[in-house]
Order: sequence, then C-alpha cells, then structure tokens
Amino acid sequence: MLAESLFFSAVLFAIGVVGVLTRRNAIIIFMCVELMLNAVNLTFVAFAQTYGVAGQVFVFFVMTVAAAEAAVGLAIIIALFRHRQTVNLQNINVLKG
Amino acid sequence: MMLQEVSAVATHPLANTAASWLWAIPVLPLLGFVINGVLSLVAAYHAGPSDPGAAHGSDEQGSAHSADAASSHQPDQVHAHAVVRHRYAAITSIVGPLVLVMSFGLAVAAFFAMRGAGTMEAPFIQNYFRWIPVGDLSIDAAFQLDQLSMVMTLVVTGVGMLIHVFSVGYMRDDPGYPRYFAYLNLFVFFMLVLVLGASYPLMFIGWEGVGLCSYLLIGFWFSEKANADAGKKAFIVNRIGDFGFLIAMFMMFSSLGVLDFVGVNAAVGKLPLGGLAVTAICLFLFLGCAGKSAQIPLYVWLPDAMAGPTPVSALIHAATMVTAGVYLVARSSALFSLAPVAGLTVVIVGALTAIVAATIGLKQWDIKKVLAYSTVSQLGYMFIGVGSGAYAAGVFHLVTHAFFKALLFLGSGSVIYAMHAAYHHTGNHEDAQDMRNMGGLKANLPVTFGLMWIATLAISGIPPFAGFFSKDEILGSVFARAHESTLASATWFGIPGSWILYLSYAFGLAAAFMTAIYMTRMMLYTFHGPNRTGEREREHLHEAPWVMTGPLVVLGVLSAVGGWLNLPSLLSALGPVGAMEHWLEPVVGHATLAVTGGHAAEMAHATEWTLIGGAVAIAVAGIVFAWARLKPASLVPARDAVPSKGFARVLENKYYVDEAYDAAIVRPTVGVSRLLLWRGVDSGLIDGLLVNGTAALARLMGWLGSQLQSGQVGTYAWVLVVGVLAVLGAFTLR
Repeated sequence: MLAESLFFSAVLFAIGVVGVLTRRNAIIIFMCVELMLNAVNLTFVAFAQTYGVAGQVFVFFVMTVAAAEAAVGLAIIIALFRHRQTVNLQNINVLKG
Repeated sequence: MMLQEVSAVATHPLANTAASWLWAIPVLPLLGFVINGVLSLVAAYHAGPSDPGAAHGSDEQGSAHSADAASSHQPDQVHAHAVVRHRYAAITSIVGPLVLVMSFGLAVAAFFAMRGAGTMEAPFIQNYFRWIPVGDLSIDAAFQLDQLSMVMTLVVTGVGMLIHVFSVGYMRDDPGYPRYFAYLNLFVFFMLVLVLGASYPLMFIGWEGVGLCSYLLIGFWFSEKANADAGKKAFIVNRIGDFGFLIAMFMMFSSLGVLDFVGVNAAVGKLPLGGLAVTAICLFLFLGCAGKSAQIPLYVWLPDAMAGPTPVSALIHAATMVTAGVYLVARSSALFSLAPVAGLTVVIVGALTAIVAATIGLKQWDIKKVLAYSTVSQLGYMFIGVGSGAYAAGVFHLVTHAFFKALLFLGSGSVIYAMHAAYHHTGNHEDAQDMRNMGGLKANLPVTFGLMWIATLAISGIPPFAGFFSKDEILGSVFARAHESTLASATWFGIPGSWILYLSYAFGLAAAFMTAIYMTRMMLYTFHGPNRTGEREREHLHEAPWVMTGPLVVLGVLSAVGGWLNLPSLLSALGPVGAMEHWLEPVVGHATLAVTGGHAAEMAHATEWTLIGGAVAIAVAGIVFAWARLKPASLVPARDAVPSKGFARVLENKYYVDEAYDAAIVRPTVGVSRLLLWRGVDSGLIDGLLVNGTAALARLMGWLGSQLQSGQVGTYAWVLVVGVLAVLGAFTLR
C-alpha cells in the first residue's frame, strides 16, 4: 500500500514540477505549486500509516500554510494583472541583470 | 683597513695643518647654493608667477643680456621698462662671491701647508663615513688632497672666484639673479667634489653634478626654446660619456676589486702591460672624458652650450668642467701607462679634435662660437699631452688654458655687455654677438682690448705668455715620446705608435697655426677696423664697470706670467725649471716614467731649440697671415652679409656634423621611439594589451555573469530543478 501511495505522490509531484517549469501563466503555475504541496501531503499521510500520527498533524499545518499562501499569492497575481494587464510571466522580467 | 687609514691620517704631515679644513672648501659653496636658492624661492613666492621679476621670469625685461643667447627678437616695449633689479640682489651679490673667496682662501692655506710639509708621497685623505658597504665593495665618502687635486682645487676656486665677481656686474640686472648664483655655487661644489673625491664613485657624483649644473646654466634663459634645447643636448650627449665612465668603474671593480685611487694605484701592478682588461677600462674612461671634455665624436654639445650666460661659458665650458676629462686621465695615469693602445687612442682623438675644431673656428662669426671651438681645440691639445704620457704637461696646459680662456670669455662677455647696452639704448635688434656687427671697439673698450690681446698672444703660443710654455711642453713631449717610449713601440691597429705620435705632432703644429689665425681674426673683426655698430649705437659703447674689468686684469696678469709655473729646462735662466712637473711628480711621476721607458726623455738642446723656434715661427706666421689677409674694412654688418661659398661654407656650417648626427642618430632614434616604442610597445602592448586588455577581460566576465540574470522566473526554476537533481544524483550515485 505504501509503495503505491508513494508512487502516486511522486507522479503528482512530477506533474507539478513540469507544470511550474513549462507553463507561462502565473495562475497555472500557482496551481501546479498547490499540486506539489498536495503530493507532499499525500506522502505524509502515507508514511503516517506506518510511523504514527505526526505525519497527519503535519498535513494540517501544510494545508493552513497553503491556504494563507493562496490568499497572498492570488492577491499578488491580481495586483500584477492590474499593473501590467497580463499574468504571463515571460513578459514580467524587470529583475534581469 | 679602516683603522689603518685613520692611523695613516693621524701621522700624515698635513694632519693638524690648515689642510684639515679640507672639508670646508666644498661645503662653503654648498652653503652659498642653499642661501641663494632659498632667496630665489622666497622671491618667487612673494612675487607670484605672473610677476616678471619672479625668479622664474627671465624674460625680456631686464635682460640686458639675454642677447647673449640668441635674441634679436625682444619685444618692442622692452625699452619702455625700467630695469627691475631682483629684490634680494644685494644679499646675493655678497653671499655668492664671498663663499668662493673663503674657499679660495682655504685652498691657498692648504697649498702653503702642503709646501711646508715638504715632499709628500702619500695623499692626505679625510674619511667622513662609510658610504657604500656592499659585500666585497666598500666605498668611503672621503676627500683626498694630493698635488694633483691641489692644483685643480686652486684653479677651480681661484678662477671660479674671479668669474663670480665678474658675474656680479654681468648678471646684476637679471630677474633670475639669485637663481643664477645658486646654480653657480652648486656647480663649484660639485666641481670640488669631482677633484677632491678619493674614489672613482665619489668623483662620479661630482661628474654628474657638474653635468646637471651645466644643463641648468646653459638653459638659464629657458624661455627661449633654443637655449632649453642646447641644455638638453649637452645633458644627453654627456650621458653617452657617463655610460662609459660607469662601465669603466664596473670593469675596474671586477678586475681590481677596489675603486679608491690609493687602492687602484696599489693594485694596478696585478694587470699586465697592454692587457685587454686595462685597455678596455682606459678606453671606457676615455669615452667619459670625450663626453665631458667635448672630444670627437661627442664635442657637438659644447658650441651649443654658448647659449648660457657668458660667465658660465667662461667658468664651466672653458676653465673647469670641460677639463675634468683631462683631470680624469691624469688621475688614472697608472692605468693609462699600462695601456699603450688606449693612450694612442687618446692622442689620436685629441689631435683630430684639435685640428677639426680649429678649422671650424676659422669661419665662425659669433664671437662666443669662435671661443667655443677654440676651447674644443685646446682640450684636444691637453689630451695629446695626457694621452702620450706627458701628464704634467697636460695639466699645465689645463691651468694656463683656464687663465687665458677664462680671460677671453670674460672679455667677450664685456664686449657683449657693451654691445647690448648700446643696442638697448637705441632699440636696435641686431645680434650683439656677431663680430660682423662690431669692429673698431678698441676705442670704446680699451681695457678689454688690451687684456684680450694678451690672452690672444697667450693662446697662440707667443713667448713669454703662458700658452707658449704649456703648448710647447706638450708638443715637445709628444715629439720626444715619438722617438722612444712604450707608446712609440706599441702599434695601433697595425700602425706603429711612433708614426701616430709624429703625425699628432704635425697636427698639433697645424692646429697652432690655425689657432693663431682665428684668434687674430677675432681680434681684428672685433676691435680693429671701422666701427660697424651704427651711428646711434656708437656713442653708447662703454667699458664695463670695475667689478667686471677687475677680474679681467687679474686673469690678464696670470695669462702673461702663468708660464713661470713650469719653465722648460732650456730657459733655466728665467727661474726654477719645471716647478709644476716636480710638484706633480708624486702623483704622475711613476706613470710618466713607465711610458718614457725609465729614462727621462731629454732631447738634445739643439733639437729642443729647433722645436721651440718652429712652434713660435708657426704662431707668428699665423698672426701675420691673418693680419695681412683679413681686411676688417671690407666686412659688412651681419644683415647685409652674403652667404659664403665652397669650403668656407662647409666650415661655417661646422662640416654639417650636427646635420649628419641629426640624420644618422637623432631622427632614427626619434623614429624608432615614436613608431616602435611609443606606438608599438607603449600604446599597443602596455596600454592596449595589458592595461585595457585586463579591463576588457573583466568586463567580458561580468557580461557573461549578467546573462544568467535573465529576469525569467521560468529559467530560474529550471536552474533550480537541474541543480537539485544534480545534487541528489551526486548523492545517490556516489
């Protein structure tokens, strides 16, 4: 059971990474980050079956932080859109050297 | 070794006599330099750079005398200006000559102490401190007083003192008056270091120092570019000679291991007669002499050095500094007596210089240029003397030449002073030094006229004036040595030495003939015939003040009786014979004997009378020839003169030697410097490749780094992921 769960979470995490790397839209990237977080959550839960309840407790913390992050992140994206009329990250490169 | 020297000094006959004030003889002029230098700087500080009276001014204004140089181009308003005397002129007029008077007094006191001490075999050495202790090399800062340096010190301080007094009158209205005396005092200091130094390196310090002062004084009126250029030329040409001196010192150290005179004289016994090392040392030393004493091929700077004030020409470029080379050869007599090839080279160069310079002197119009070429020619005589091993005769001619040539230069200074004062009154802009503009000055300058005739007769070799005795001594010595000496039996590139010596004797006679001609010509054109100065100028021509004519009178007396310093044995009726030769015997006697082959070079009296008679006949013939052929009445002023033709023109242009040097050496050097060294090495390699190249490399690296900062979040994420994978991979696959 553990192996399947870990495999599944690894696939999810990889999908998230690839999404972050390949997509241009800030919202999609943001969703991919959430996907990675949830892949981690799945790992925690899976290990909790074997090693005790601490992993499940950690999942609650992660979800709380993710919610806060979603609030702040979406607010930043909205501010960005208002400023630049786009959320395409390729066009937002003012920090280049 | 140090202890030995100290004890030697303590027991030396000159210890605790007036000679123990030896150190003060050079220090006094140094003190004068400091005082006058400070006055000059203080005045410049007070006046500010824009004030023409400032120490650095030296422009139109005053200078009655900048005409000396090349200056027919003074601005018109000059004549409206009143002469502005320097604010510290009074102090300088006292300090400048006074230090020389005191030095001369000490030198005379030391001379009498030395005479009182009887025959003195070892030199009196004052050791001050250990100057350069490096490994095997140990050089002391020490002064050495012996018979040779005594003679030189008396000449330098004595003639120097007279010229300082003359300068008070000649330079008083110059805006740079204290600066002038500061340089002049500094020159005397370095000249005394040169003649009193007890080792070659200390002598070299003086040697370089007098070169510096010569440069500073030639370019004294440096606002005129020609004067500054003349100073640079003198300095650069002298560098070539100084290089020779340095190499000679290095070789001396490597073959003998010592550099002080006493040590070298003791160690020369190790060297074989005519060996390669000693010959090379002597030849390199002579290269130094050729630079300092203006011999072929390095004589070209001396005529240009006439750009300096006339008293400077008298002191530095006639009486003292240029004779340093003769002093060096006499000082190194122990070395030269072992190197016949080097000695013959000195004789050849001296003879060629004597005759070449004399021919150029025949056709010069500038009164100071005539005297300059005459000096070069007379220096050639001295080198014939010291080169052929007649060291005492060479030094004797050095002394008498210092008397009559200083007199001639100061006399010409007096003439130029009068000419320029007259031009100054009338606003005339002609060349005050061109003899074609003079003529008939004997009515206006009777004292100068009479004294300069004495000097002219002296330099021409007319008895009983000083030059006759010294010139005759040199020619007689060469003739005797051509008959039998180590030089005569040596060969110089296959030519027998005796031929060279006989030929040099002939050259010397020819040069004496020409000397008589050009000196008579100078006197005729300057003082005799009609006055060509112009109607208005004529009434403003006056004799110089007593402060200038006084030194002339003293030098006139010395030029007349200087021959008694060293009478030939034929004329024993006149006084003690060969006084100077006996005086110098402890220093150069051994070397002289080595050259003459152990037996004194006594000639049959009949031969000697013939030689003397011949020399006098040739001198008289020269004067009569010049008197008969040259017609001052037919001379026209410089501005109306037509250029001469043929060989006269070649002589007037000094055989085009300056032009040849310019084409063969100066231009290629400048060209190589500009194209290869400046454009290629400096601009290209150093500035381009190294300095700017380093900057460009740093900029390239920065640009490469900045390209990582694309501002693309995606790229950063990629780099991050690749990095994480690489780290993880490295850990797992290890």
